[in-house]
Amino acid sequence: MARLNINGQNRDVQVAADTPLLWVIREQVGLTGTKYGCGVAQCGSCSVHINGELVRSCSMRVGDVRPTDKIVTIEGLSRNSSHPVQRAWAAIDVPQCGYCQSGQIMAAAALLRKKPRPTDADIDEAMTNICRCGTYQRIRAAVHMAAGNGNGGSVGRGNRKS
Amino acid sequence: MTKTIHDTTAPVSRRKFIVGSAAVAGGGLALGFDVPLGAAQGQNAGNELGIWVVVRPNNDCVIRIARSEMGQGTITGLAQLVAEELECDWQRVKTEGLLPGQNLARKRAWGNMSTGGSQGIRQSQDYVRRGGAVARMMLLQAAANEWGVPVGELTVSKGTISHAASKRQTTYGRVAAAAVKLTPPDPKSIKLKDPKSWTIAGKPLKRLDTAAKLNGSLVYAIDLKLPGMLNAAIKDCPVYGGKLRSFDEAKVAKLPGVRKVVRVKDTAVAVVADTWWQAKTALDALPIVWDEGENAKVSDATIAQHIATGLTATETNGDRREGDALAAIAGAAKKIEATYSTPFLSHACMEVMNATVRLTADKAECWTPTQNLEASLAALSSESGVPLGQCEVYRHDLGGGFGRRGGTQDYVRKAVTVAKEFPGIPIKLIWSREEDQTHDFFRPISMAKFSAGLDEKNNLVGLHVRVSGQSINAHLNPAAMAGGRDMRQLQGFWAEAGDAQMGYTVPNLLVEYAMRNTHVPVGPWRGVNTNQNGYYLECFIEEVARASGRDSLEFRRAMMSKHPKHLAVLNAAAEKGDWGKPLPPGVHRGIAQFMGYGSYSAATAEVSVDKAGNVKVHRMVLALNCGHIANPDQIAAQVEGSVVYGLSATLFGECPVANGRMTSLNFDTYRMLRLAEMPKVETVTVPTYDFWGGVGEPTICVVAPAVINAIFTATGKPVRSLPVKNVKLV
Repeated sequence: MARLNINGQNRDVQVAADTPLLWVIREQVGLTGTKYGCGVAQCGSCSVHINGELVRSCSMRVGDVRPTDKIVTIEGLSRNSSHPVQRAWAAIDVPQCGYCQSGQIMAAAALLRKKPRPTDADIDEAMTNICRCGTYQRIRAAVHMAAGNGNGGSVGRGNRKS
Repeated sequence: MTKTIHDTTAPVSRRKFIVGSAAVAGGGLALGFDVPLGAAQGQNAGNELGIWVVVRPNNDCVIRIARSEMGQGTITGLAQLVAEELECDWQRVKTEGLLPGQNLARKRAWGNMSTGGSQGIRQSQDYVRRGGAVARMMLLQAAANEWGVPVGELTVSKGTISHAASKRQTTYGRVAAAAVKLTPPDPKSIKLKDPKSWTIAGKPLKRLDTAAKLNGSLVYAIDLKLPGMLNAAIKDCPVYGGKLRSFDEAKVAKLPGVRKVVRVKDTAVAVVADTWWQAKTALDALPIVWDEGENAKVSDATIAQHIATGLTATETNGDRREGDALAAIAGAAKKIEATYSTPFLSHACMEVMNATVRLTADKAECWTPTQNLEASLAALSSESGVPLGQCEVYRHDLGGGFGRRGGTQDYVRKAVTVAKEFPGIPIKLIWSREEDQTHDFFRPISMAKFSAGLDEKNNLVGLHVRVSGQSINAHLNPAAMAGGRDMRQLQGFWAEAGDAQMGYTVPNLLVEYAMRNTHVPVGPWRGVNTNQNGYYLECFIEEVARASGRDSLEFRRAMMSKHPKHLAVLNAAAEKGDWGKPLPPGVHRGIAQFMGYGSYSAATAEVSVDKAGNVKVHRMVLALNCGHIANPDQIAAQVEGSVVYGLSATLFGECPVANGRMTSLNFDTYRMLRLAEMPKVETVTVPTYDFWGGVGEPTICVVAPAVINAIFTATGKPVRSLPVKNVKLV
């Protein structure tokens, strides 16, 4: 039995204390925007915010989450995908398959909360999630855009020439 | 071929069609069908105009998509092609994914649904554009009939039909109900628009499927929830060819949520539980005894020895022979030799393999991420014993594909086997990442030995290539190897134009393939054999160019006069990549060109190697001629993605084998490129508008050689085995 505060709602779940938070979010709470990718905190697909901090939920035991901890998942990041990161992601068409993008967006949102105007080096350091489709160039541009660093910062959008 | 609506008064769901199957299904007899489809039914039904377009009264145009979306943008690109001919309002376009059972019921009216080989758009562009045109012509004719004017006097723009002389206007939504009653024109008789006049296709329009990928609302197959659903975790014998001997169910039967432990054929075991985490926890605790068999003795070293025998053997499994290469090299003024190797690689789709299956007395259903819905349907039917006509596979966008989710359908078969134990109950089988890394169909391991001869003027007079390694066809499609020949493993060395043609003319050329199979399952991996072969050829050509004392680009150009399209992309990459221009201190440039999937690719890479031997790729410029362009922004996205996939493989990728099994089982050891390592990528499209080539795969084959050739410049030493991380550079 655990009480979780997820996206502003208290949820009581019947689950073993050593169950990873990721699977509680997905299977007991039923929010599936947070993804399983590796289970060993490498890929970041499972990223959520706990009290504003970025957490890889696959590697946190639900028993280690306090009832007062405020968990935010991708579903609770904003109403109507209105968070600046989500808007920038849409403007630049970042996602390809999209599977890792919940985690990427949560990581970017956490970065911008701490560093509203991140440099490329800040983005390099903070955005360590894996994307197999290879959207990194657009992620960088979208983080800059969300931060208001001009249209895509140092890299620019797609760099397409024809 | 004709296509006629017979019953013009019945509701749409009961209309009957005669379809010219050659136009839509790639050949065969004219077939009749009368099966309804989702969008054409119900209260808010639209009007089905031909088979690709449904127009709703509110002017929404629903465009049907037969191929799978795995991130490559095919939904958007195909919709653009249909909408271009339909002349509808792009803002009113919706898409509807077709199901394989629907396609089967209509005698495959929508053609091939498989999504691999970079064929989604190029193979279907003609008939889907005609499908858009059919609908437009029916809609215009309906307006002309209503107004009593010749159809030729009408114009249409963004779904609004106008008659200038009488100043009348109407919309697609208003005339669609009348249009349905008309006889569709023969698609083959339609003259399609000149691509140079396109206003929707060919433009960098935003993807249609982005919104649901930003807020967690897109339901991937792994996210599926069904009433009463149970979850399963699986372990297959880690040694390929090994068997499941026994397991001790009693040890886990009382663990929370556990319902049953199921033997899956004779190689695997699955635990079924209320939740997946419970199933996985119990599976990890389950005592299992494997019969690993003889293959448990196999390791990297024994595999390498086996493959090396193919470099010196004389027999071949396919060759290309022009002139007398061996004699020309023997008599050459200067000889160059080198041997290269590449490892097994897993696909590592971010969404692990999974399938949900529900079997009832008269129906088999499956929800799975698949690159080939029809292959999934066939696997569902054959494994369950339920006739094809009573099976359906429901469509989910894939969390990555890269060739893993095509023909094999092993995850569907396994899920069916488990679901057989639970009649009527949906079973969702999810592989752990470790299981996914263990039981892939890997990019085949291979080696290549090259010999070249230069004459007194440093021209290449003879080239001998001997590729030795595992065959994909031998594992997955033996029927494709007539007489033991397998030219697929020589992809990119081919003489034939149009698909994967070698871009150089060498007076004496011998390219040979020696098949050396292992016990490891292999399969197509984004770019397939162009990856290894592009690396081999373009890095050896670099070595020969350096031995000749000539500039790398000029050396290549001198052999390409008979391959103007290859040459044009090479020139474009060189020009946009600033070939020959100064670079910052410590940064060095490499170049490569190669062909695969019907498109021509070239790249330059700017790379530095620090004193510790760490490689940094700063910038890559990729030039691509894929003939026509459906959406340039999505082409750029695919090129960027191919760089990431290709760089992960080049720099870090390997799946070592020890004791017969894979040892790199998660992302802590199977390292991938991260954002901080991403070079600046510039995509240069140089379309010639005279063919349709692929996009998803072609450019990956030039990533490795361009980077390796830049490292060569930086260190003065060639890199003859991948990944780079295992090579001492300084």
